[in-house]
Amino acid sequence: MTSLTIGNRLDDQDAAEQSKYDRHNSLTSGHRACQGCGEALAARCVIDAAHRVTGGNIAVVNATGCLEVFSCVYPENSWRVPWLHSLFGNTAAVATGVASAFALAGSKDTRVIAQGGDGSTFDIGLGCLSGMFDRNDDVLYVCYDNQAYMNTGVQRSSATPVFARTATTLPTKGYMGNSIGTGKNVPAIAMAHGIPYVATASIANIRDLEEKISKAILLRGSRYVHVHVPCPLGWGYPPSETIRMARMAVECGLFPLFEAENGVLVGSTPVDNPKPVDDYLRIQRRFAHLFGKNASPDSIEALQQIASRNIEKYRLSGELSHE
Amino acid sequence: MLHQLEGSQAIAKAVALCRPGMVCAYPITPQTHIVEHLGELVHAGELWNCDYVNVESEMAAISVTIGSQAAGVRSYTATSSQGLLYMIEGVYNASGLELPIVMTLGNRAIGSPINIWNDHSDAMAVRDAGWIMLFPETNQEAADLHIQAFKIAETLQCPVMVCVDGFVLTHAYEQVDIPSQEMVDDFLPHYKPQVCLDVANPLAIGTMVPPEYFMEVRYLAHKKQFEALKIIEHEEKNFHEKFERHAGGLIRTYKTEGAETIIVAMGSVLGTIKDTVDELNAQGGKFGVVSIVSYRPFPSEALEAALAIAPHVVVVEKALAVGIGGILSQEVKLCLKNPRKKVSSIIAGLGGRAITKSMLKHCLEHDLHWEKILSWEEDHREIFLGLNHDTIKKEFESVKNCCCKQKENQ
Amino acid sequence: MNKPFATVLESATSLQNKTGSWKTVRPEYVNRLPPCNVTCPAGENIQQWLSLAQEGKFFEAWKVVMQNNPFPAVMGRACYHTCEQTCNRGRFDGAVNINLLERSIGDLAITNNWEIEEIGTATGKKVLVIGAGPSCLSAAYFLRKYGHEVTVYERHLEPGGMMRYGVPPYRLPRWVINAEIRRIINTGVKLYCNKRVQNIKNEMRNFDAIYIATGAHVPAKIDVEISGKTNIFDAIDLFKKLEDSRGENTFELGKKVLVYGGGNTAIDAARTALRLGAENVKIIYRRTLEKMPAHDTEIQEALQEGIEVLCLRCISMIDGKKILLDKMDYDAENNLLSKNGDSEVIAADSVIFAVGQFIDSDLFRNVEGLVISEKELLEVDKNMMTGLRGVFAGGDVTPGKRTITDAIGHGKKSAKCIDAYLRGIEVAPNVKTEVANFKKINTSYFKKIEPLKVKKFDDLSFEEKDISLPKEKIISEARRCFSCGNCFHCDNCYGYCPDNAIGKSRDGTLTFNYEYCKGCGICSCECPCGAIKMVSQID
Repeated sequence: MTSLTIGNRLDDQDAAEQSKYDRHNSLTSGHRACQGCGEALAARCVIDAAHRVTGGNIAVVNATGCLEVFSCVYPENSWRVPWLHSLFGNTAAVATGVASAFALAGSKDTRVIAQGGDGSTFDIGLGCLSGMFDRNDDVLYVCYDNQAYMNTGVQRSSATPVFARTATTLPTKGYMGNSIGTGKNVPAIAMAHGIPYVATASIANIRDLEEKISKAILLRGSRYVHVHVPCPLGWGYPPSETIRMARMAVECGLFPLFEAENGVLVGSTPVDNPKPVDDYLRIQRRFAHLFGKNASPDSIEALQQIASRNIEKYRLSGELSHE
Repeated sequence: MLHQLEGSQAIAKAVALCRPGMVCAYPITPQTHIVEHLGELVHAGELWNCDYVNVESEMAAISVTIGSQAAGVRSYTATSSQGLLYMIEGVYNASGLELPIVMTLGNRAIGSPINIWNDHSDAMAVRDAGWIMLFPETNQEAADLHIQAFKIAETLQCPVMVCVDGFVLTHAYEQVDIPSQEMVDDFLPHYKPQVCLDVANPLAIGTMVPPEYFMEVRYLAHKKQFEALKIIEHEEKNFHEKFERHAGGLIRTYKTEGAETIIVAMGSVLGTIKDTVDELNAQGGKFGVVSIVSYRPFPSEALEAALAIAPHVVVVEKALAVGIGGILSQEVKLCLKNPRKKVSSIIAGLGGRAITKSMLKHCLEHDLHWEKILSWEEDHREIFLGLNHDTIKKEFESVKNCCCKQKENQ
Repeated sequence: MNKPFATVLESATSLQNKTGSWKTVRPEYVNRLPPCNVTCPAGENIQQWLSLAQEGKFFEAWKVVMQNNPFPAVMGRACYHTCEQTCNRGRFDGAVNINLLERSIGDLAITNNWEIEEIGTATGKKVLVIGAGPSCLSAAYFLRKYGHEVTVYERHLEPGGMMRYGVPPYRLPRWVINAEIRRIINTGVKLYCNKRVQNIKNEMRNFDAIYIATGAHVPAKIDVEISGKTNIFDAIDLFKKLEDSRGENTFELGKKVLVYGGGNTAIDAARTALRLGAENVKIIYRRTLEKMPAHDTEIQEALQEGIEVLCLRCISMIDGKKILLDKMDYDAENNLLSKNGDSEVIAADSVIFAVGQFIDSDLFRNVEGLVISEKELLEVDKNMMTGLRGVFAGGDVTPGKRTITDAIGHGKKSAKCIDAYLRGIEVAPNVKTEVANFKKINTSYFKKIEPLKVKKFDDLSFEEKDISLPKEKIISEARRCFSCGNCFHCDNCYGYCPDNAIGKSRDGTLTFNYEYCKGCGICSCECPCGAIKMVSQID
């Protein structure tokens, strides 16, 4: 079967970790994530991939947020790896301490993963993250980006797309949701620190995600992988469509997949025949106001321009392609 | 061996003797000299197998030590004032996670207005954070208490904060006996974590705890502090046996026998208080002193017993709970069984204001003469030591004038 | 270890939290019918044998074909492959070349002398099959598999019926027919050729059941005024003579040949004429090209070979080499009418009629119980039984599409009904299964791959060029199959489940763990082939 599926019964070599019967299931069943949670899926993929290539020699530091709250509520812990949760904004620093301790204790081969959502990464924890990058501490930081503060009820974060409706950017007459011109690009910020490795990934492309994690986990110094994880509740779409959302975001160019080493873009996944952003936006309730009675073609055009700029900026037309 | 050392240096040397694997701090006066010196020791290889991490904030400093301690390495940090407040979320977190981190708090006032000098406001801001808080009186005791702090912390799985008066101790040069490495190694065994991040036993540390269990978690933390009372006393004895000097414990009494007025205080101010008491007693006064070394856990029973015979207790404290008064005096009152006992409060030395013998003497002889106190209707009074009443009066008047003008304008 | 209360937990304790209780819908693995299977007149399980071929398991693939069709090599050539017309891949990047794959696997079976192994336990029942065309041999084959004794009487010299006498050899080489028939005979079918049944009732005494599939070999006559010396052939006769002369060209068709008719036989006749030396071949058809009943691929191939198709014309008179064609048109009500007086004359050396065939009903006349319908076809009930108990019929003598594939399907179905009859049981009804239409396919998981293009004919001879695929090409083309409606073990459901609610065993078996499944439906949504259905939990 020539397919882009997770596994492939015809070719074991080509199969993703997530297709293997003996994958570790680092985040196991019984967790309390909502139906169709993209973050729960991404976290398992990430940690499983790291678990495989390190032979299980990993420890995870987790920021406060959905992932932490749904995975470890007394008396139910879903993790099958050593796991530490401290606070919302300090994850990168805690991971620095853990990595340093392992190195001191002679367990330099125990790799440390710090993980958090976009709130803890982009906003409250950015200082600690930047500090970790600055010192080039030996940590792989993974951001699961669902583009708002979902755990607290969908408030705007600096990863929220422009024009998106959140509980704190409710569109009203004359206000089209999250203002244009806001937001920040943390992968670019990470690159600006010149750390050894920065990559973006999507749960719509699990093989690519696993490859990036497998590569990143074995490097030394600070590494940053940014994973796009749709949220059915926060974005307003049926839980079954999570992967489709992620895929469409990639296919229109709004979420570019790329890799950078030492601050330099070294590869990107080409977007063949980019799809218009309309298709992607239209099926999400957070963008419904762009299409309804007070429809705003200008807003959609602005988002289209962001997608088009991404295609140019990250050279998604194929020049940097891996394949 | 005796050395003429700055307090910070003495503390740094003592911490180094405890062989931490992680030293992580962010610069803030008056704590900086401690970590500067530790950094020097690490980089010079004198403190080996230790990571010294320069971080971007106090929040990162406490967080790095949370991480390293959770991964099973003895960890140390230091801060003061605003820095402590900036890391306060991590302070609570460390105790909640039962991580035996040791922190030096170079006590300093909290802004605004910004003020870099000594008082106890910062320590008081974290008094309920679940840490053990020890207040040394001298540089020698500051150094010694750090050695004990690691021992107590690791025995109990509870973080310990050694609260050292900024400048008065941290920047003062005194003769300090720095023990040998062998002696410290003998006192403080190699750190074996009870719970830590371990690939072989993948525990989850730092769960969310729902209402059904949260009360129990807090109750157990409370009980642990009572357990700490015994351990602190035990380690004081232990330390005395090994090092042949007294340091730490819960409280210390000075001339309390037959005293009619007992002065209760913490930290470096006790030296001045004891000198004052000596002078007053020489003139026929009946004063005694109780030093609180262990502020958390609060040594209620020991204190009750020490204060039992005196009808009048004066608490000298370097912090103010705005809107209610003294903090330590409230707590002292809470532990007294005799409700008729008079407790008065001297708020002193805020923001580094000098506390002199003459000020104390004047206050104790006139304002707080015990016979006068006994006739007071209210048993609740505080005195602001050395407060410039002229300034206050002027300020009140100017405010009043201003208000009047506003009314006229209306 | 002194583990703090509540704030530190052992790993994986959440397994006690059975999140399965959240769901209102649950996923179930289903086997939906792939459109190719639905349209296959022989009822082949195409998706299943393609799946085996993908793994290089050609013998197993062949066995699966043989479950429904004993003539893969024949069908891989002569079938009009309706499967490919409905193949969901056709709407993506081009249908899977199922026909060629079937042929290639059929050829592998012949080359490797694969034999039919599974013959049922002998029942002791005897069945007579009248005729040895595709339907009869198919019935014979399945009846043997059921364990019955089968005797076949064929009036021609060779078995094969329309395979041999209706399909020209460039489309279907005779060694292929012979090999696949031999294989059926090897199962123990008793074949008697050149044997014409005279009286059905008599035969009923010797056999427990009879299957009649004598086909439709009698050319239809058409009302055309013929005068002068004209070379006129009937397509079926032409094929039969060609076959009996073992391919020797004893015909004198001349250079210009007209073929009259619009079906597959007309196309075959036209192309045969080209191979018999004609230089200018025209097909005359009454309606428009779109309405031609011949299969599109056949028409295209004929056009590529240089055959002209003259539509909306009918032959009204043949006078020597002058042929008068009346032009036709549709009226307002869409009735086909001759345009009065509008006609043309064209020259032709020969005219071949290919306007259909009738059945030879002599055998059935005067047999009590056998009913010939108005359309001159033998009537059968839904279980293929004629009015005469124990006598069944199928193929071209009965109503149907008159293709070899339909005939094979009839044979299979009849064998099933005969078996039920002989055992005295009800015919098991076909289970209705939902069809996996294009909407059920998640095409995001497939790369566009050009379908295999094979140039079929290099020259105009009766020789078949070797177009059977090498094994690696069988595999790669088979791997284009979407596997519509049937799990192909891509592990998407397993990999994408956010709750690990799908278990995978070492051998790849996937099972839903409803204890943890929250019913999000990602598995169903991301199933590339529509093999997972969401079913309501609320009963």
